[in-house]
Amino acid sequence: MDDLIQEFVIESLENLAVLDQELVRFEQTPGDKEILSNIFRMMHTIKGTCGFLGLPRLEKIAHAGEDVLGKFRDGALAPTPASVTSILKCIDQIRALIESLSTQGTEGTGEDGPLIAELKAIIEDDRPAAPAAPTSVSAPAPAAGPVQAAGGFPVAAELLAELGETPAASAPQPVQDYPVAAELLAEIEQLTKPQAEAPAAQVPQAIAAKGEPAAGQAVREKAAVAQTIRVNVEVIENLMTLASEMVLTRNQLLQLMRTGGTAVFKEPIERLSRTTSELQEGVMKTRMQPIGNAWGKLPRIIRDLATELGKKINLVMKGEETDLDRQVLELIQDPLTHMVRNSADHGLERPDERAAAGKDEVGTIRLSAFHEGGHIIIEISDDGRGINTEKVRAKIVERGLATAEEAAAMDDSTVNQHIMRAGFSTADQVTKVSGRGVGMDVVRSNIEKIGGTLEFKSVFGEGSTFTIKIPLTLAIVSSLIVQAGEERFALPQIAVNEVVRISQRSAHQIEALRGAPILRLRNRLLPLVSLGDLLEVKDTQTSWRPGQNSFEGYVVVCRNGSHVMGVIVDSIAGVEEIVVKPLSKILGATKYFSGNTILGDGRVILILDLNGLASCLSQEKVRAEAAVEQASEDSGNSESILLFRVQGEGMKAVSLSQVQRIENFDMATAESVQGDRIIQYRERLLPLYSLDGAGGIRRTGRQQVLVFGEGAAAVGLAIEAIADIVKDQLKIQRSSQLPGLVGSGIVGGKAVDIVDPAYFLGLGALNQSSDYGAAA
Amino acid sequence: MKIASPQALRGANASALTEQLVTFVVDGQAFGISALTVRDVLRRQPLTRIPLARAEIAGAINLRGHIVSAIDLRARLGMAPRPANCPAMCVVVEHAGESVCLIVDSVGDVISVDCAEIEPNPASLQPMWAQAAKGVHRARDHLLLLLDVGQLLTF
Repeated sequence: MDDLIQEFVIESLENLAVLDQELVRFEQTPGDKEILSNIFRMMHTIKGTCGFLGLPRLEKIAHAGEDVLGKFRDGALAPTPASVTSILKCIDQIRALIESLSTQGTEGTGEDGPLIAELKAIIEDDRPAAPAAPTSVSAPAPAAGPVQAAGGFPVAAELLAELGETPAASAPQPVQDYPVAAELLAEIEQLTKPQAEAPAAQVPQAIAAKGEPAAGQAVREKAAVAQTIRVNVEVIENLMTLASEMVLTRNQLLQLMRTGGTAVFKEPIERLSRTTSELQEGVMKTRMQPIGNAWGKLPRIIRDLATELGKKINLVMKGEETDLDRQVLELIQDPLTHMVRNSADHGLERPDERAAAGKDEVGTIRLSAFHEGGHIIIEISDDGRGINTEKVRAKIVERGLATAEEAAAMDDSTVNQHIMRAGFSTADQVTKVSGRGVGMDVVRSNIEKIGGTLEFKSVFGEGSTFTIKIPLTLAIVSSLIVQAGEERFALPQIAVNEVVRISQRSAHQIEALRGAPILRLRNRLLPLVSLGDLLEVKDTQTSWRPGQNSFEGYVVVCRNGSHVMGVIVDSIAGVEEIVVKPLSKILGATKYFSGNTILGDGRVILILDLNGLASCLSQEKVRAEAAVEQASEDSGNSESILLFRVQGEGMKAVSLSQVQRIENFDMATAESVQGDRIIQYRERLLPLYSLDGAGGIRRTGRQQVLVFGEGAAAVGLAIEAIADIVKDQLKIQRSSQLPGLVGSGIVGGKAVDIVDPAYFLGLGALNQSSDYGAAA
Repeated sequence: MKIASPQALRGANASALTEQLVTFVVDGQAFGISALTVRDVLRRQPLTRIPLARAEIAGAINLRGHIVSAIDLRARLGMAPRPANCPAMCVVVEHAGESVCLIVDSVGDVISVDCAEIEPNPASLQPMWAQAAKGVHRARDHLLLLLDVGQLLTF
């Protein structure tokens, strides 16, 4: 009996999941008889099996649900959103009971009366309106009384239902109205037959009623199901582990072959290698499941949300059959659900808003999945209101994440990244569904945890699209093998953006800001982590040390969420497919490693955890930022000197301590006042000057501007490009006659012109119009 | 050296009230651990250092495709670090469902000890050892300290 119940639990839970989806589909296309008969059949099977297994509570509920579905099927009752909601509630209750059955072994105790009454009410309410009803009720009329009076007697209720159903089904009217499939009719006949044969024998009747259609169903499904078997997940996991071990051993053998194996082994090893690959692929396939399994719940969720929010939502799903690893599937289920809820709640507008915006009242949420080069891409898009980037910018400023100028200068995609930050919500109102700002950051971190990425695009007024990119499997990861000193580490390749070679002759050099290493890469300052330092690698003659100029090695540029960082390594040993194994428990908490593996040469290697590395980076970053601030306060001989270029020849230099800020202005917004170029900056007018005359101040595009002085006294010096920040002594070797320059000196081994900020501050203070620019 | 199945040993053990011990030497001191916990004895294996791990953890080894953490018993028992030329052996033990490799200087015989002959730890035993040891066995010419694997691997 236990086995039977277990089988029933598994089967029913699967059936219920399908029921959910089918019901939502049915509500959308009420005329589809095939869907309805499918739904009816599943509910019927559950009811019948419950009766057979002696589960009275379940049977009663399933029965009440089946009654309503029967009416739908016969056309005696038109489905309404309210009645479908009741049926869904009924399914939820059945699911809850079955879950309790599987965990506790019993149905548990509880009151199902209200639910059953609700379902019965649907039939009662609609009965007068239903065309076929009057004729059908006449025959079983005497039985109607006892049922209503004693709702607690399942058998009597069932009898009534079966009786009530029979005439309705065989009545000519519904058959004409809805062309009922021959199959359906046959099934109804099967249902009614035993009743006619044994009207008094109640128990056998229940079994017969259950048995026959179930058998019919079995025959129908056999063709599709015969080729599958149920296998315990543990068995598959174990197989997977073994196959992975085999891959490792194979790699080891291949390595041995390469380093001088005997020729006789060559052929068998190659064959073994091929077979192993195939075996591993095969085992991987057994773990693969269509992504549709993770989507199964969504139609129901969307339906409920639509009802709750008063929106009209059409959920379109594409690529349900796309396979991915079971483990990955489980991990993305919750994030996916959250994102779809988000789209429904925040993304889509209410029907009236949509109509006002000239859109179809029915909003569409589109889910699609497809494979792309070892990854699976899932897109969730809606045609709703999109993200109002101005609103987000305002929020960014309000929350102090950036200044108004910085926010204004951000491009839209950078702005949109902020919606994925913790506690960031642009929802005006917190609803029951979402808007608390604890969503997208969790979603993103969950996706990143499995080595995936999340991107967001939005067009205001037209909709938003989330794109999730996740690896097909977590078991095998392509990794970059990096080396620090004599030690090697694996760095998952999905996180690696690029590798930059560092040598004395290369264009890129590691610089240090108060001990914190920095790499300037395409106009971006990249915080770096020295792997050798961080992991206390011994024998690191070649590894980078602060203050070392002759370093030769590589910087691996990695992306971790929205952060980009560089990892300094000595060398790159290659790329290898690795099988991730968890770290031994005895090692305790290891911040910087996510696992370990065995390489082709048999050595154990640790896998770096980018989250861990990034966490140490934030400290480094703080150090670097502190360094810049401290540098300006330094009273020693050497100070931080900003080197920059203007249109004219030669490098210009200014002491960093005299520069308040370096801004990047949109020069199209600059205006002319009394002949001076000015720009609105922090609610004041900032006069702009240049060392190249008026021509040095651009009229369009963006330009870097050094801001000298504070508040009302501030002035801006437009420059072409920042060249470097160096530590040196700012000594004037030759004085200058030119306005704006104090003289020339040597900084970092090069001759530079030293700029005099006081001159420009003076120009600003005197409000001298025009003429520095024209004169110079 | 391969050890017979634990079940078989346990059966023999229960009937004879003796304990099978794998003996080994670390920095001149003889130790024994229950043979039931020992899975394997290997020659010195290539070790991969685990950066920033506690000092007792010598690294990780590849034991026929399984990654096993290695504990240096010299560090664990507070003895002098292993000199460069000192040989090393690996004793792989099973603990809490995980294999752990103990690095020792040399491995001796498997001996059978009458449980009644095992004496409690002397009161003078230094605390670090007293915690890891569960008794002393007096061999013919030296003292054998019985180590408790569970305690040894609890830091």
